[in-house]
Amino acid sequence: MRASHKQRGFVAAMLHRLSGIALAIFLPLHFLALATALNGANALDSFLMLTRNPLVEAAEFGLVAALALHMTLGLRVLAIEFLDFRETTAAIVSVCAAAACAAGLVFVFNLG
Amino acid sequence: MSALLFAAQRLSAIVLAFAVAVHLGTILYASHAGLTAGAILARTHGNVAFAAFYTLFVVAVAVHAPIGLRNVLREWTPWRGRTLDLALLLFALVLLLLGFRAVMAVYA
Amino acid sequence: MSETLDVAIWRGREDGKFQSFAVPRREHQTVLDVVTEVQRHFDPTLSYRFACRVGMCGSCAIVVNGRPRWTCRTRVSEVLEDGRLTLEPLRNLTIVKDLAVEMTDFFDKWRDAKGYFEPGPAPETDFVVVPPASRERQAANAGIECIGCGVCYSACDVVSWDENYLGPAALNRAWTLVNDVRDRGQAERMDAVATDAGCHACHTHMSCTQFCPKQIAPTYSIAGLKRAAMKRAFGGGA
Repeated sequence: MRASHKQRGFVAAMLHRLSGIALAIFLPLHFLALATALNGANALDSFLMLTRNPLVEAAEFGLVAALALHMTLGLRVLAIEFLDFRETTAAIVSVCAAAACAAGLVFVFNLG
Repeated sequence: MSALLFAAQRLSAIVLAFAVAVHLGTILYASHAGLTAGAILARTHGNVAFAAFYTLFVVAVAVHAPIGLRNVLREWTPWRGRTLDLALLLFALVLLLLGFRAVMAVYA
Repeated sequence: MSETLDVAIWRGREDGKFQSFAVPRREHQTVLDVVTEVQRHFDPTLSYRFACRVGMCGSCAIVVNGRPRWTCRTRVSEVLEDGRLTLEPLRNLTIVKDLAVEMTDFFDKWRDAKGYFEPGPAPETDFVVVPPASRERQAANAGIECIGCGVCYSACDVVSWDENYLGPAALNRAWTLVNDVRDRGQAERMDAVATDAGCHACHTHMSCTQFCPKQIAPTYSIAGLKRAAMKRAFGGGA
């Protein structure tokens, strides 16, 4: 693997980019799911019943984590670009990833 | 043009930072409280503040996501130029349409 | 310390291949010492560049074990992996032969980014007073030591993905000139760098900053250009 791909900035950029792509694909589906509420609360509920299985819950963990990850890494980019933040260690990237995983886990554990 | 797209992306990012924080908090609260769809809809029906917030959210996303995808496609595929820009504009409109429809579904 | 180094060196052009040499290991050896020994005693047809030998000119930049470096300033002991050295030409530039690359694109982009001083139609006739502690002078100082070695350009993944991307060195130089209070070409320079192929294409991978042998941080220079472009887009002037 070339050295540039082991750098924290590249890892951060790839996590940011891949989570962004995943969210862009997910979003229209999310809007369609919510719009089932147009047919009443029962319609949305029965749709949501479909999502009460481990595979879907794993995917939901991924989505919540992806959202949180994209946001935290995005805040890092905004800080570098607009607040002239001079990053010196990989710690920030690790913290962003950890916070995102935490958000995902909190969501999944609350689904009961 | 490029500077304006960049500015729009970064500004929508700032809007989304707030919106996503609120949204994540709301979703985590709702799942923790074990709210059913009916319970959630009861809170969102006729709730103007809710509708306004999520409308802003939809607009910000419709600006932010297509511009981000534009970078990805230009760098990782051979696709670029006017056709790419038009395709992404279409995607933005799709997000706006589906997004507003979803907001109306939950508000009305 | 093992007796010999297993050195794989790229030969030919893009369609070339690696050739292996068993080079004696010596104390305090640099990678430049290794290629020199190969060319003098093993294969006189090996092509590589160097000039000053002391880390001042940037001519000797190549990729050593996957990372762009100056051969004259790279100790073999620092970079050896299991007794192996892999030497390749800089990335993102056309290979002339073996370890020598065509630098024309690199410097053309420097010109395209307006990385040169523009005195304007009526240059000052006396010295311009630029306080050393001023924000602009400090910003310029941070970037002007660039000697155009190409390490950052080789390391940059966006350059690999977009052949039009001006690259970290050209943009860094443009930023130093944006901060040159005597320069009269700011509008044209901002037009040149605030494009899809300019500062907006930088995604803060920071490989340039990580690998620059002069410890310059093109990432932060480019961030400065992004801020300047935003200000200009919202009516802040050139």
